[in-house]
Amino acid sequence: MKVKEKIIEFILKFCASITILTTVGIIAVLLFESIAFFKSVSIFEFLTDTQWTPLYSEKHFGILALVSGTFLTAAIAIAVALPIGLTIAIYLNMYAPTSFRKTLKPFLEILAAIPTVVYGFFALTIVTPFLQTIYPDLETFNSLSAGIVMGIMIIPFISSLSEDALYAVPKSLKLASFGMGATRFQTAFKVMVPAASSGIIVSIILAISRAIGETMIVAIAAGQQPQFTLNPTVPVQTITSYIVQVSMGDAPQGSIEYKTIFAAGLTLFVFTFILNSISFYIKKKYQEKYE
Amino acid sequence: MEKTKNIKLEKDSMKDETTLSNGSRIEAKDVKVWYDDFMAIKGIDMVIKPNTITAFIGPSGCGKSTFLRLFNRMNDYVEGFKMEGKIKINGDSIYKKKVNVEQLRKEIGMVFQKPNPFPKSIFENVAYGLKIQGIKDKKLIDERVEKALRQADLWEEVKDNLKKSALALSGGQQQRLCIARTLAVQPSILLMDEPTSALDPISTAKIEELIHHLKEEYTIIIVTHNMQQASRISDYTAFFYLGELIEYDKTRKIFTNPEKKQTENYITGRFG
Repeated sequence: MKVKEKIIEFILKFCASITILTTVGIIAVLLFESIAFFKSVSIFEFLTDTQWTPLYSEKHFGILALVSGTFLTAAIAIAVALPIGLTIAIYLNMYAPTSFRKTLKPFLEILAAIPTVVYGFFALTIVTPFLQTIYPDLETFNSLSAGIVMGIMIIPFISSLSEDALYAVPKSLKLASFGMGATRFQTAFKVMVPAASSGIIVSIILAISRAIGETMIVAIAAGQQPQFTLNPTVPVQTITSYIVQVSMGDAPQGSIEYKTIFAAGLTLFVFTFILNSISFYIKKKYQEKYE
Repeated sequence: MEKTKNIKLEKDSMKDETTLSNGSRIEAKDVKVWYDDFMAIKGIDMVIKPNTITAFIGPSGCGKSTFLRLFNRMNDYVEGFKMEGKIKINGDSIYKKKVNVEQLRKEIGMVFQKPNPFPKSIFENVAYGLKIQGIKDKKLIDERVEKALRQADLWEEVKDNLKKSALALSGGQQQRLCIARTLAVQPSILLMDEPTSALDPISTAKIEELIHHLKEEYTIIIVTHNMQQASRISDYTAFFYLGELIEYDKTRKIFTNPEKKQTENYITGRFG
């Protein structure tokens, strides 16, 4: 009996440690290869140069060109997803009847379940041509339509998590506000959203994190040209789509091109790690507040 | 001892300016309520006089809270709620289509079972009702907040910490804050749904004293599970059982010489 317990405990421990070991392993590889990269390229050049051309004969290693593309597409996505997602969350929580809320929420979450490659082609073949009818100078590959479609994809992150946060606000607060003669609208914006603000902020941060890490949509619809620009109508390249480009190409192992993947990957990891840490911190603080 | 004296003085000085917003008369006629198929109120007639304290008593599930919440239409948010009959406040039916529910609730304040201050500062909690009415005059808001906090006997305890979060107050203070928040919009009726059931005896005593003072300006209805409380503070007592109003009379009569056997059994603790 005791032996059996020990074996079970060992298996459980082993499963738990796999995830930790994987994370540690990834970080170790990223760091190891990045150190090798920074032996041939100075960190100063990496952080300040505005051109990224490791695949050309005249090589530049300015990560800013990729970072700007990443943040431009993510910013457009958030600009789309935040107002729509928050509106949906407030509607579901304050206006929709319970039965409707229960059917609509899973439906919305399907948006997040569509393969991103489908979204990518949707952006390239439908959204871009449509936007070109309004703004003819829009290039075939651009960050605008990639950002918009990515925004649609992350709507459920914001709407679902924000609705969870609103739902977690004690019902007594809602009733107190109604009892004072407040309308639903006043109750939503003066009581519910402020009370759920930490949860809503967490949902936004997770959505940003998701947008920054998103790969297929931007790889397909935003182009493959690293440019240090905030112009949404021209092709850009994000960190993720650069990694895809190099990984699918034939950069020989150990070459400088190969090592750039890890430097770019490390940069991406730093961003998402910071964002997730912030959301973890807010979540922790928020839980303390309600207990 | 001296403190209570002070409060009384303040209350008297306040009386003059608020005699306008005197308590209101409530009338219920053949009121029936359903939650889906369940009949929660089975035809109740009742008249509540202005400037009285009426206690609703009865075992859990007897419909007393449901009946209370009819007066400010808080049952409207319960799914499956259906109502028949008439409720009139100062002669106006409040379940007509064109009734402005928000306006109605400014007239009829409600204090809930558990203290439910907003996660905002003490000041913002009390100012909330004024701000949602669109009042922007800072001086007026300051005045009303102070007055409401004084009426709720909380001013002395919080006047130096108005910016502090309301959640940092004790349970009893939070409940008095909720009363202040309700008083700030100057209603004429106060509905209290077991306002002391979550509080310790000292806080309860404070709130009972407060309710007693408020009678001068408001019509107060209080739902309570505490027999002593009902007999201590109310002028009239209504005993509800299984969705019906069994007996409704002067409190002294109900507690000394009730007409009905059921009432007697309940108040002597033989059931419920």
